[in-house]
Amino acid sequence: MATLGEPILRVENLVKHFSITQGILFKKKIGAVQAVDGVSFELHRGETLGIVGESGCGKSTLAKLLMRLEHPTSGRAILNDKDIFKMSGGELRRLRRNVQMVMQDPYTSLNPRMTVGDIIGEPYNIHTEVAPKGDRSRRIQELLELVGLNPEHINRYPHQFSGGQRQRIGIARALALKPEIIVCDEPVSALDVSIQAQVINLLEKLQNELALSYIFIAHDLSVVRHISDRVGVMYLGKIVEIGTEDEIYQRPTHPYTQALLSAVPMPDPDARLHRDIIRLEGDVPSPANPPSGCRFRTRCWKAQEKCATEEPLLIRRAVEPHPSACHFAELRHVVA
Amino acid sequence: MTNLQVGGDQPAGQHLLEVRDLFVEFHTRDGVAKVINGVSYHLDAGETLAVLGESGSGKSVTAQAIMGILDMPPAKIPKGQIFYNGDDLLKMAENRRRDIRGKDISMIFQDALSALNPVFSVGWQISETLRTRTEMSKDAAMKRAIELMDLVKIPGAKTRVKDYPHQFSGGMRQRVMIAMSLAMDPKVLIADEPTTALDVTVQAQIMDLLADLRRDLNMGMILITHDLGVVADVADRIAVMYAGRIIEHADVHSIYKQPAHPYTRGLLDSIPRLDHKGTELATIKGLPPNLMRLPTGCKYHPRCPYVQKPICVDEEPRSLNLGNGRTSACHFAKEMLDGNLG
Repeated sequence: MATLGEPILRVENLVKHFSITQGILFKKKIGAVQAVDGVSFELHRGETLGIVGESGCGKSTLAKLLMRLEHPTSGRAILNDKDIFKMSGGELRRLRRNVQMVMQDPYTSLNPRMTVGDIIGEPYNIHTEVAPKGDRSRRIQELLELVGLNPEHINRYPHQFSGGQRQRIGIARALALKPEIIVCDEPVSALDVSIQAQVINLLEKLQNELALSYIFIAHDLSVVRHISDRVGVMYLGKIVEIGTEDEIYQRPTHPYTQALLSAVPMPDPDARLHRDIIRLEGDVPSPANPPSGCRFRTRCWKAQEKCATEEPLLIRRAVEPHPSACHFAELRHVVA
Repeated sequence: MTNLQVGGDQPAGQHLLEVRDLFVEFHTRDGVAKVINGVSYHLDAGETLAVLGESGSGKSVTAQAIMGILDMPPAKIPKGQIFYNGDDLLKMAENRRRDIRGKDISMIFQDALSALNPVFSVGWQISETLRTRTEMSKDAAMKRAIELMDLVKIPGAKTRVKDYPHQFSGGMRQRVMIAMSLAMDPKVLIADEPTTALDVTVQAQIMDLLADLRRDLNMGMILITHDLGVVADVADRIAVMYAGRIIEHADVHSIYKQPAHPYTRGLLDSIPRLDHKGTELATIKGLPPNLMRLPTGCKYHPRCPYVQKPICVDEEPRSLNLGNGRTSACHFAKEMLDGNLG
C-alpha cells in the first residue's frame, strides 16, 4: 500500500439536489432528489480512493460533480488550495486538464466515426499547450504503447477493437493531458472476467509510473478492495463509513457495510458454510424522499427510535478509530 | 468429430434433461460463426447446474436451443440431440414442442425491464400463460397470479397485482419474471444471468429465492452466469464453457479446489478476492477467439500458459473422464489435476 502523500483534493460537505418541478410555464418546485447530501473526504497524492454503493446511492453524481459536469447545490472541493466550483476561464481550463475521467461503457464512450488517433488526440485541440501540433502523433503513439496497444493502430476505428482494448483507448484519452486525478466510474464492470484483470493491472501500473490519484467508483466490492488504498461506502447520498481498505473489509462497524460485504458471493463453495449471512429486506428507498434520521434505518436490523429522530454523523466511534455513521456502531467480522 | 459426452453412452431418458453433442452455427453475410461445437450436459430433478462462461462462449445459445427460441435462420443446428424425459426435442413437431416450452421447461432472462411488457399489468402478464394454456377462467388465473407473487415474496401481492412493470424496482421486477416462469409448475428452470443487472444486496435476495424455490418445487435449474462467486454459492455442478465447448465439468467443490483445465484455473486466478487484498492479478493473455475463425487444435491454445507443441495446436483434445463425473477437455488434464503443470 502506498504511504499517504499530502492531500491533493479535499471535498467538504458536498450537496447536490436535483429539483422536481411541476407545471410548464410557472414551474413550481415540489421536491428534490437528494442525490449527494453532505459528502466530505480527502484524496491524497498517489492513492486510490474507492467509492462503493448500490445504484441510486449518488456515486456517479459525485463523479460528475468532481468533473464539474454538474454544479453543486452547496459545498466545496478544494484542489491545490482552490475551490473548483469557483473557477472560471483559464483556471477552469487547467482544472479540466488536471482531472480526467474513464467511463463505464467502452462501447458508447468512443465516437465510432473517429479514428483512435483522433479520439486520443482530440484533447490537444483544446489544450494546445500540452502537445504542439507537430508532436501530436508521436505523443498519441506513446500513449497507445503505454496502455498496451499497438502504436501502429492509430488509424483504426473503435469497432476494430475488443471491449478491453476499447477501455484501454478510453484510458489513453484520459491520460493525454497528463492529469493528476482520474475519476474512474465503473471502469471494468462492462468487461469479461479475464479482461477485467488486465485493465485493473494496467490502472495500477499507470498509477505507479505516473503518480496518479484515482477516485475509483464501482459496485463490485472485490474489485474495489483490490485496487483501493482507502474506501468510502455510500448509501442514499451519504458516506456511511470510510477508512483504509483493511478497516472497511476486516473491521466494518456500520451495519450497511456489513450487509454489503455479506451479500457478495465468494468464489469458494466452502465459504457458504461458515460465512456470516446478513440479508437485507427490501430495496433502497427513493432519494427523493429519504427516511428521516439515519437513512439506512428502514432496512436496518438494529434500528431504534433514536435512529429515526437523530441523524448519525460520520465520526470516529468508540469501537474503532475509523469514521462510521451509525449510532450503534459495532465491530463485526463478515469477511473470513 | 470429437466425442464430448459428459454422461457417457447411457441410453436416452436417464436424465430429466440431456443435451447431447449439440452443434449450433450462425450463417451471416460475413461467414459462418460456429457458436456451439459439441456441447453435452445433463440435468436431474432438484439439482442446480451452473453453466459458466464469458461472453461469446455459447452459454446462452445452448439455453436458447433447449427452449427452442433460436432464430432459425440465421441459426442452424447441424447436429445434436436434446432429450427431455427421453424425447428428443429437436425431432419433435412444433405443436408438441410448444406444449413443453414454458410449461415443462421455462426460462428467466437477465433484463426484467425489457422482458416485461410495459403496457400490461404484471398480474395480467403472469396470468396470461394460465389463461391461454389451461381452461382457467380470468378470475381464477388472476387469483393464481397473486399466489405466485406471494410465492416469490413480493410484499402486498394483492394490491400490487394491478401495477405495471415500471412501478416495481429492479429486484421486484425480477421476482415478477420468476413468478411468470413458475406459472405452469415447470420441471426445468433455465435462469440466464438472472442477477447480473441487480445490486449486490438484491442479487443475494434473488439467489436465495431461486435456491429456495428449486428445493421446494424440486425443479432442475440451469444457471447461466459469468460470475464465479454466484456459482460457488448455489450450484451443485459446474460446466465451464469456452468457444462453444464444455472444457471442464465437475462438482462445485472439486473445481474450486483443483481445476483440471488451464482456462478454469486462469479464470479463478484472475478474479480479485473479497477476503484478502492480494498483489497483482494473474491475467489470461489475449482475447477470446473469433468464432468465424476458430483456432486449430485446442481452442484455448493461443492463450494457454501451458501450451505444448505440436499436440495442442494440431489435435483437439477429447473430453477426458477423470472419475466422479469430472471431465476436462485438455490434453494434460491429469497433470493439471495432480498439480504437475506450471
